[in-house]
Amino acid sequence: MKSMEVARLTDEAELKQFMTGLLERSPAQQTEVMVTEWDSALTRFANNGIHQNVAERNVSVRVRVVKDGKTGVASINQLNESAATDVLKRAVAIADLQPKSDVVPMPGPAPARAVDAWSDATAVATPEERADFVATVCMKAAAAGLKAFGAFSTSAGQFAIANSLGVFHHQRSTQATVNSVVMGEAGSGYADRGAIDVRELDKDELAAEVIEKAQRNQNAQPVEPGVYEVVLEEYAVAEMLEFMSFMGFSALAAQEERSFMRLGEKITGEEITIWDDGLDRTGLPAAFDFEGVPKQRVDLITGGVASGLVYDMATATRAGRQSTGHGLPAPNTEGPFAVNLFMKPGTQAKAELASGIKRGIWVTRFWYVRIVHPKASIITGMTREGTFLIEDGRITRPVKDLRFTQSILEALQGTEALSRSTKLEIGEFIGASRVPAVRLKAFTFTS
Amino acid sequence: MPLRRATLSAAVESFSLVGMKDLAEAALNAAQVKGASYADVRLDHHVTQDIVVKNGQLAAVSDDASEGFGVRVIVDGAWGFAGSARLDKTEIEPVVDRAIRIARASARVRSARLDLGPPVTSRGRYRTPLERDPFAVPLSEKVDLLLRADAAMGSVKGVTIREGSMEFIRQTKIFASTEGAFTEQELYEAGAGLEATATSPDDVQNRSYPNSFGRHQGSGGYEYITAMELDRHAGRIAEEAVALLSAPQCPSGVKTLILDASQTALQIHESCGHPTELDRVFGMEAAYAGTSFMTPEKLNHLQYGSPKVTITADALTPTGLGTFGWDDEGVPAQRTFLIKDGLFVGYLTSRETASVLGQESNGTMRADGWNRIPLIRMTNVNLEPGDSSLERMIAETRDGVYMETNRSWSIDDKRLNFQFGTQLAYEIVDGKRGRMLKNATYAGITPEFWNSCDAVAGRQEWTVWGLANCGKGQPPQVAHVAHGAAPARFQHVKVGILK
Repeated sequence: MKSMEVARLTDEAELKQFMTGLLERSPAQQTEVMVTEWDSALTRFANNGIHQNVAERNVSVRVRVVKDGKTGVASINQLNESAATDVLKRAVAIADLQPKSDVVPMPGPAPARAVDAWSDATAVATPEERADFVATVCMKAAAAGLKAFGAFSTSAGQFAIANSLGVFHHQRSTQATVNSVVMGEAGSGYADRGAIDVRELDKDELAAEVIEKAQRNQNAQPVEPGVYEVVLEEYAVAEMLEFMSFMGFSALAAQEERSFMRLGEKITGEEITIWDDGLDRTGLPAAFDFEGVPKQRVDLITGGVASGLVYDMATATRAGRQSTGHGLPAPNTEGPFAVNLFMKPGTQAKAELASGIKRGIWVTRFWYVRIVHPKASIITGMTREGTFLIEDGRITRPVKDLRFTQSILEALQGTEALSRSTKLEIGEFIGASRVPAVRLKAFTFTS
Repeated sequence: MPLRRATLSAAVESFSLVGMKDLAEAALNAAQVKGASYADVRLDHHVTQDIVVKNGQLAAVSDDASEGFGVRVIVDGAWGFAGSARLDKTEIEPVVDRAIRIARASARVRSARLDLGPPVTSRGRYRTPLERDPFAVPLSEKVDLLLRADAAMGSVKGVTIREGSMEFIRQTKIFASTEGAFTEQELYEAGAGLEATATSPDDVQNRSYPNSFGRHQGSGGYEYITAMELDRHAGRIAEEAVALLSAPQCPSGVKTLILDASQTALQIHESCGHPTELDRVFGMEAAYAGTSFMTPEKLNHLQYGSPKVTITADALTPTGLGTFGWDDEGVPAQRTFLIKDGLFVGYLTSRETASVLGQESNGTMRADGWNRIPLIRMTNVNLEPGDSSLERMIAETRDGVYMETNRSWSIDDKRLNFQFGTQLAYEIVDGKRGRMLKNATYAGITPEFWNSCDAVAGRQEWTVWGLANCGKGQPPQVAHVAHGAAPARFQHVKVGILK
């Protein structure tokens, strides 16, 4: 039975032949073809039982052509000769039908360092294995008089990009993620895990964390909104970092004067160092970007000083420099995106971060975060599934979830401590962040 | 240089319904033979054309096509689903096998046996009413309109970023089930929007038209775009974006709040649409989108809003993104009350969730493609028109703020505690519109807020607003939904929340 579930992906040589053939047939001066293929499954549970359980096999073939100074992009989700002909024809037709515009240059060939992002164990994960994992979490929750909810997914895929200037890059990757909310009559807890290798996801450890958090978070009482000293767990820190990336780390945001980054200036506390590194296997590695440029490490904030931005081909050309390998698929008007983020850890044990806080708030995670003012790095959102009052250096009781409205830079200017341990948080759509928990001097809760 | 007249129709023509019925029947037969007590299959073909003009340049044109099929089965009282992009007969068997095996795995950790209620046996065809097929409109005509609007924005000094976009979608889909349902639908969407941004060393302000979130979108043809008159409004929003840089900050306080129709639409979406989704109520989204404060014991008891507030879910609303013939369980499109004269009276339901309450589905299950299962999604969740007008509401207000076009939105996981921000605001003093205000925000608690509603404008100011970015589910799905809304007024609202 198990062999039936091996992820069905096209052989790399066959894929290369398909892409090369498409490039050779193109009548355009420059052509790029990008293939993403994936086989994924997800088991979802609620009220201590599986209620949704799905799997899909899919592929995307995306073609960009540059013809007579005009660009056309088309895609199709079929991997065969007639699909290749169709998608190429449509891309060329689009180029032919438009006026001349600025052309985003394609990169030439450059070696990309191989990264190891594959696990056979993840690629062959079965529905029964996912069900067994879920069963453990549900049984432990039920034994504690609680209800478990969540999702466990495994996926395997490959991504390849080639262009008529000689670029060909290929990478296979796997991913396993699980998240869980456990609820009691009067409160809930949260935990999640993500890894390349499904065997790194420990069901007992996950269940223990989420159940313990749910048990502590019962019968929360309100506290007055206001400015509090806070400890943010890794879940909350990763979300904050994602929003920093979205609002400020892109060269396009800086070129368009929308970014909070002021290069060379101190913008956070000196304890804060943030970088992007697609080649680090402790994150979710990717050797090259969606334009076929090898990934470079970029130091974004170093010792509190804004130190760098990520570039794609368009922004790099405008700035007269090299792309850092952070391009998104064409056609892209959103600019480059830092998706392999790291925050430097500190020296304290996570459990000790509350010590010394006279009266503060411990936040497990954020929810529904949205940008209020990008240049001032102000976001709003709610706390969720584990908000606690800290009194005289220790957590004393759960409190009702709070809304915050806060400038991220101002909050990080008051960084007091970071945990020495870090956690990998895999993003919902793209990328991942490895971050510590942090203690901040002032954080504004508005309701 | 004038552009050549031609169309982008190759992908549109590549999907044929011929042969699809055979594939559907083969999948259903295979599922039954292999032990499914129920099965349905959806075959789906999507074509999307996107056009972006930015700062005077054609920045992007893309033409994306996706097709495939998904099989949903019940085995041993539990769900399984599998989908594949390969629409051919050899793929039927492995996909059905996979769905069956997944369902059997689900049955090992089952909390309650499934009940879908009475069988659904819908049959028929539906096509979105449209005047002008957007895929038959020359690319040149679309690009010319966006370039004209861009030029109008560019003529305003101080605008630093200008962007205009269009999107057109054609979805052809077949639904068939072992209960005998068989429906064919051809759905069209058309959308467009403009955005002007002005920046200063420490500020960034933007204005968009007709709505934010990139575009205003509806079901229909190119006539939907023409009606927007993009080039006529472009200069105005550019001027407003620049003026906002020097406008005073929205003051903090408790005031009368008047929302324009588009912001009222988002308020309905977040604080009424989502909490009335019955799957959320039953915890089926608890680990992701959250749950709901509108629990079953409150049905027919909770005074959700003031008597001015009546909200319907109406999948028959012309031009709505939630307008169709049947949902993705084959249930016919229909109109139903969620809030009647302020009283909470109904949910958005599926076959599975409705049966728990002893009801029948009101037809809200939609998937965002062949590779996803249907979930309860808003159709067109509409605030029914009232008897006031924006002009009258302002004239009756002594100390208030008028807010227009969403800029930020956030609400808690039970849909109670919300905070929204808008691009533009004006103070209202003694019945008159005063100074322009920037960075306007307001916050509240859902039932308190809707109970403070004391006026809704009438039919003449009522518009159907499309939202093409509604996220839900794991793996994530994006639904296209709509909200009919008119300007509305609320009393004693906290405004001006900004750190």
